[in-house]
Amino acid sequence: MTEAQTQIPVTVLTGYLGSGKTTLLNRILSENHGKRYAVIVNEFGEIGIDNDLIVESDEEIYEMNNGCVCCTVRGDLIRVVEGLMRRPGRFDAIIVETTGLADPVPVAQTFFMDDDVRSKTKLDAVVALVDAKHLPLRLKDSREAEDQIAFADVVVLNKTDLVNADELRDVEAAVRAINPSARIHRTTRAGVALDQVLDRGAFDLKRVLADDPHFLDAHDHDHDHECGPNCDHDHHHHHHDHDHHHHDHDHHEHGAVSPIHDVTVQSVSLRGGEMDSKKFFPWIEKITQMEGPNILRLKGIIAIKDDPDRYVIQGVHMIIEGDHQRAWKDDEKHESRLVFIGRELDAERLKRSFEACQAA
Amino acid sequence: MPTVAPLDLDGHCVTAAFLDDIPFFALADGMVHWLDHGQKSVRLHDGLLSATTKNDLMISGGEDGKVMSLASSGTMEELASIGKKWVTSVASGPQGAVAYASGRSAWVRFADGKAKEFTHPRSVEGLAFSPKGMRIGVARYNGATLHFPAAEGTPVELEWAGAHTGVTFSPDGAFLVTTMQENALHGWKLVDAKHMRMTGYPAKVKSLSWSAKGKWLASSGAPAAIVWPFVGKDGPMGKAPLELGTRGNSMVTTVACHPSEDIVAIGYEDGMVLAVRFADAKEVLLRRPGKSAITSMAWDREERRLAFGSAAGDCGVIDIAG
Repeated sequence: MTEAQTQIPVTVLTGYLGSGKTTLLNRILSENHGKRYAVIVNEFGEIGIDNDLIVESDEEIYEMNNGCVCCTVRGDLIRVVEGLMRRPGRFDAIIVETTGLADPVPVAQTFFMDDDVRSKTKLDAVVALVDAKHLPLRLKDSREAEDQIAFADVVVLNKTDLVNADELRDVEAAVRAINPSARIHRTTRAGVALDQVLDRGAFDLKRVLADDPHFLDAHDHDHDHECGPNCDHDHHHHHHDHDHHHHDHDHHEHGAVSPIHDVTVQSVSLRGGEMDSKKFFPWIEKITQMEGPNILRLKGIIAIKDDPDRYVIQGVHMIIEGDHQRAWKDDEKHESRLVFIGRELDAERLKRSFEACQAA
Repeated sequence: MPTVAPLDLDGHCVTAAFLDDIPFFALADGMVHWLDHGQKSVRLHDGLLSATTKNDLMISGGEDGKVMSLASSGTMEELASIGKKWVTSVASGPQGAVAYASGRSAWVRFADGKAKEFTHPRSVEGLAFSPKGMRIGVARYNGATLHFPAAEGTPVELEWAGAHTGVTFSPDGAFLVTTMQENALHGWKLVDAKHMRMTGYPAKVKSLSWSAKGKWLASSGAPAAIVWPFVGKDGPMGKAPLELGTRGNSMVTTVACHPSEDIVAIGYEDGMVLAVRFADAKEVLLRRPGKSAITSMAWDREERRLAFGSAAGDCGVIDIAG
C-alpha cells in the first residue's frame, strides 16, 4: 500500500460572535507561515479572503442511534472532511470554525467516533476565543460560552484592552475556574502567536500534558504569558523547575472558585500515588460510563504500580483513550493526577473512589 | 482468463462508468478521463464531489457549485450553478430530469431547464430517483423523504432514528433502502412503510448495488459482500444474507452487480477485484491488489468489461473473457 497517508491535523475554533474568531482566522489565512489551511465555516460571511479551500457547511448535529445521548457527531463535517481528503495534496491542516452558539462536543467527537474521519484526520486542539469585556454577560445568558471554555485546550482571552486590570483578573479567574488545564493567552485583536493555537497536539496521547507539571495547577498563568504575533521564544522551556510550583494553594485540588457567578461547569482535580491497575481501569471505565454525559473533558497522568511508564489518559464524555506515554524519569515522583471538567460532578465521591484505586 | 488494462490516473476516482461503451473515470479533482482510441480528458469541475450516469450521459456535482453533464463525445453542459456551496450529491431520473443537493436543499431540474427546490429542516445526505414515475427519495437525519416533483402536494416522510447518508430504490420501486451513519442499512417497504433493519456490519456501508431484476441487494461494509435477498414481498426480513468473497485481511469497499446474471463484482480496500456467483459462491479473481481501495465499478452493456476506479487513481478496465 503506497497510500500511507499521514493524518491531517484539525483545529477547532470556537467563540461567541464578536470574540475575534474571524480576525484570528484571517490572520491564519493571510500570514506568511508556509502552511496551507482548508477552513470549514458555517457561513462565508466576513472572511474577506478569496480561497477555494474555504468550505461553507450547515452545522448538523447527529445523535448516534445507540441510545447514548452524548454520542453526537457533526454529520456535515464527516461529509466535508471526506470530500477534502479525496484531494489531500492541497492543504496541510484543517480548521473548523463553529458558530458562536455551537456546542464543541459533537465537533470533537466526530474525530473520534467516525472511522473514516478518524483514519484520515486527527483532532489537534480546541481553541476558544473569549471576549474579555463581554464574558461575564455571556456566562450569565448562555451555557454555550461556558461549554466552549470548559472544552478548550487553548483559551485566547481577547480584547483585553477593553477592560481594566481588576476586570481582567476576574475574567481570567473565571476562565481558570471553568477550565484549570487550558492554556490562556491574553491578547488584543486576537494577536496570539499562531504556533500557540495551531499544531498543539492536545489530543495526542504522546503529547497530551507532555511534561507539563502545571496541568493541575490553577495558578500557572504567569507561565502562559501574553504573546504578540512576533513572539518567537520557546514556549516549552518552563518545565525545568517544576517542584516549587506545587505550592501551597490547596484549594485547587477541588477546583477554583470563580469570582464571577453563573458558572455551572466545575473541575475536579485529583491527585494520588501509584494506582492498582486492577482497580483503576475498571473504575475509570465505570465513571465514564455512568458520569459520561456530565464529563466534558478529562485528562490525566497515571502512575501504575510496577509499570515503568507513565500512563496518559484523556476523554470526551464517554469516549476515553489511554496509552503509555514514556518512562518515568529517575527524579520524578510516581504520582497520579487526573482532572475532570464537567457539570454536577460529585467531587467527594470521585476523590474517595479514585483514592481507593491506589495500590496498597 | 480475465485481463486488466490499467489506467494510472492522478487522484481519487469518484465514479467509473461506461458512456456509449467507452470507459469514463471521473476524478475528485474535477478531471474526467476516458479511453476512446487513446486517453482523452476534460476538466468538468474545479473539484468533483459526486457523479452518476444514465442513458449514456454523466451527471456530476462539484465544489464549484455547478451541476454538469458530459456526453461520450466529450461535450459538456452546465445544468445548474448554485454559487459557492458544494453540490454534494446528484441523481439522474426519467425524462431527462436531474436531481442535485447542497446543504438542506434538493433540486429537481426538468429537461426543459426549469428547476424546483425542496428545502428540508436538516441536510440532504443522499438522493435517488424512483424507477417508476417522477419521484425522488432524500436521505436525511431520522429517515427519508419522498417528493413528487411533477405534482404539487405534501411529501411522504419515512421515519427511522439516526442519520441516513445515502438512498436507493429497488428496481421495481417497491422498496427504499438507506445507508446509515451507523454500520447498518435501513429499508422501507413503500406500500405499507414497513421497516427492514439490516445490521451487523463492522463498517459503514458506502456501496450498494441491485442485482438483475432487483432480486438481491449487494453491499459493502464487511470483509465480504453482504447480499440481501429481495425476492419475497417482505424483502430480506427473516432471511439471512449471502456473504460472498469473504477475505480475512481486507474489507469490501465497492460492489457492482452484473447486469443480467446473479454475479457481483467485489472491490476491496487493497484494490483486489473478484467476481462471485450467488448460486455457488464461486470466485474468480479479476484483479490482484493494487495501490489503494476500489472506489467505483461499472459493467459495460455487453457484460464483458468492468471499469474500476480507486482512491489513489490506479484505475483500469477488466476484460472478463480475456
